Amino acid sequence: MNRIDQLFEKKKKRVLSIYFTAGFPNLEDTIPVMKAIENAGADIIEVGIPYSDPIADGPTIQDSNMIALNHGMSLKKLFGQLQDMRQTISLPVVLMGYLNPIIQYGMMAFCKKCKEIGIDGLILPDLPMQQYLDEYKGIFEQYGLRNIFLISPQTSEKRVIEIDQNTDGFIYMVSSHSITGAKTTISDEQISYFKRIEALQLKNPRLIGFGISDAETFNIASKYSNGAIIGSAFIKIIKESKDLETDIKAYIRSVIQ
Amino acid sequence: MIKVDEKGFYGKFGGAYIPEMLYPNIEELKENYEQLMASEEFQKEFRSLLKDYVGRPTPLYFATRLSEKYGAKIYLKREDLCHTGAHKVNNTVGQIILAKKLGKKRIIAETGAGQHGVATATVCALMGMECTVFMGALDIQRQRPNVERMKILGAKVVPATSGSQTLKDATNEAMRQWINNPVDTHYIIGSVVGPHPYPEMVARFQSVISEEIKWQLKEKEKTENPDIVIACVGGGSNAAGAFYHYYNIPQVRLVAAEAAGLGVSSGKSAATTALGTPGILHGSKTLLMQTEDGQVVEPHSISAGLDYPGIGPVHAHLFDTGRAEFVAVEDEDAMKAGIELSRLEGIIPAIETAHALHSLQMIEYKKEDIIVINLSGRGDKDLDTYIKWGGY
Repeated sequence: MNRIDQLFEKKKKRVLSIYFTAGFPNLEDTIPVMKAIENAGADIIEVGIPYSDPIADGPTIQDSNMIALNHGMSLKKLFGQLQDMRQTISLPVVLMGYLNPIIQYGMMAFCKKCKEIGIDGLILPDLPMQQYLDEYKGIFEQYGLRNIFLISPQTSEKRVIEIDQNTDGFIYMVSSHSITGAKTTISDEQISYFKRIEALQLKNPRLIGFGISDAETFNIASKYSNGAIIGSAFIKIIKESKDLETDIKAYIRSVIQ
Repeated sequence: MIKVDEKGFYGKFGGAYIPEMLYPNIEELKENYEQLMASEEFQKEFRSLLKDYVGRPTPLYFATRLSEKYGAKIYLKREDLCHTGAHKVNNTVGQIILAKKLGKKRIIAETGAGQHGVATATVCALMGMECTVFMGALDIQRQRPNVERMKILGAKVVPATSGSQTLKDATNEAMRQWINNPVDTHYIIGSVVGPHPYPEMVARFQSVISEEIKWQLKEKEKTENPDIVIACVGGGSNAAGAFYHYYNIPQVRLVAAEAAGLGVSSGKSAATTALGTPGILHGSKTLLMQTEDGQVVEPHSISAGLDYPGIGPVHAHLFDTGRAEFVAVEDEDAMKAGIELSRLEGIIPAIETAHALHSLQMIEYKKEDIIVINLSGRGDKDLDTYIKWGGY
């Protein structure tokens, strides 16, 4: 059974997913950061594939992408680092990346490799749903990969339901009209959006991302969904860190308390 | 047949590869633009502004001395005489009317050389709309006069400091800004790039260029069809406009001049069809300069307007099907061609346009051939670059 499905079967609330960019802060930090996230008590690890033009990301993640690429990170290199990850990592692992590096690698080869090393799901923000259905759904299913779509406050109810029907794993709720890392508090308007989606009673679990950075924002998000995703705030912690293991543990503990 | 399909593809290229956050905006545009553009009210306002504000029709000028020198009948389509100094304004006039009809309050745009930024700032001033233009930090340095023009027109110019700090990065920043402000903002893309329906919409606004060439040439040469149409291609909006009504007339040769920079194999080039492979950039599948790992490569051209690692999907399709001939013109040759036109015809062209002029030396033609070169812009904005180059 897919590890994402297993997770949500056991845990319905306060699921914490942590995003970081592969090869950041240093090229060989990918696995140590993943281990530290697991040891600290998070529930899902989201590994970003660095890209030169990450248009849905704010300055913090852009910067981490650029640093990782300058270190020589590439998709091939990443697969090399992750080859034996299942010897040490038991959490669900999701790869997040933009479409271009993946289609250059080849979608079929990419998905096959993901299955081989034990990846559970994919978040590809610039893969449109129609394209997914027309071209890639069969491949994702063949290799047991959950495809995670984004929705935003702008997404119409009809479209949310359509996305729910074509998603498995979980739905990534973008908390505001926003690129990552742009906002730090949660407004009443956002809460009414969370409630609106909650009321739709979707079949998929929902995690709220963009703007989640601490215990307070995590608690609010968890109240209206199954949990949250932290990206930019985590990147800032590891960028400054002199001791990844200790700092990651302290940060994640402070969020989940 | 060169035609966009309903999913926004020209053959293998095009589409709308956008984050879900932009889906409602793109849908709104897709659902409304064709109907709006076809409406009598829209056409009346668009045509009237093109005539009285932009100064259309622009002349189709028979270049006597250039024709003598090259041994063909060469006409220049004088887009350099448009208000603001280049063809870019044809598109911004169209899109601002569209934005107004969609009830948008704010306009954002990206710019490379600054021509599209100026053309956007201009129409925003005309319509009393708030305007923010994203421009690569490097381009801000090398196109100072255009930056000041945008500011005089009341626009806010925001430097893009990521990546190569040029057009590609300015486009990334504009897209991010749009994601952050999806409801009240319209993004005026300046070229035939981006997610569907932008490439086709921009091409249609620019298609007034070839629409005019047809009747103007008929008056002068008793035929609507030249033997060859030449235009420069960065993203490719002026070329799309000049080619548009000739796409499906096979006897008219289409020539697209790309920027080779310091040479196609120098590592400092922007010749996308020579160096690119299929990939996805700024929301569409097209030819793209990239590494084996799919990272976008930083292009180089002496002309900020051609300094782009991709090409509009329609041009990728024209290349792929062999419908258009592509030539790659080096910096040095373009500069010389710019000086040559200045001396022969008393017209200082934009350096982008100078690439199209040099292609006369790279293609074959006969003495009786009628050649139309799209003179996309004037060289005022490039004086600094001409002065630094100094070969005159």
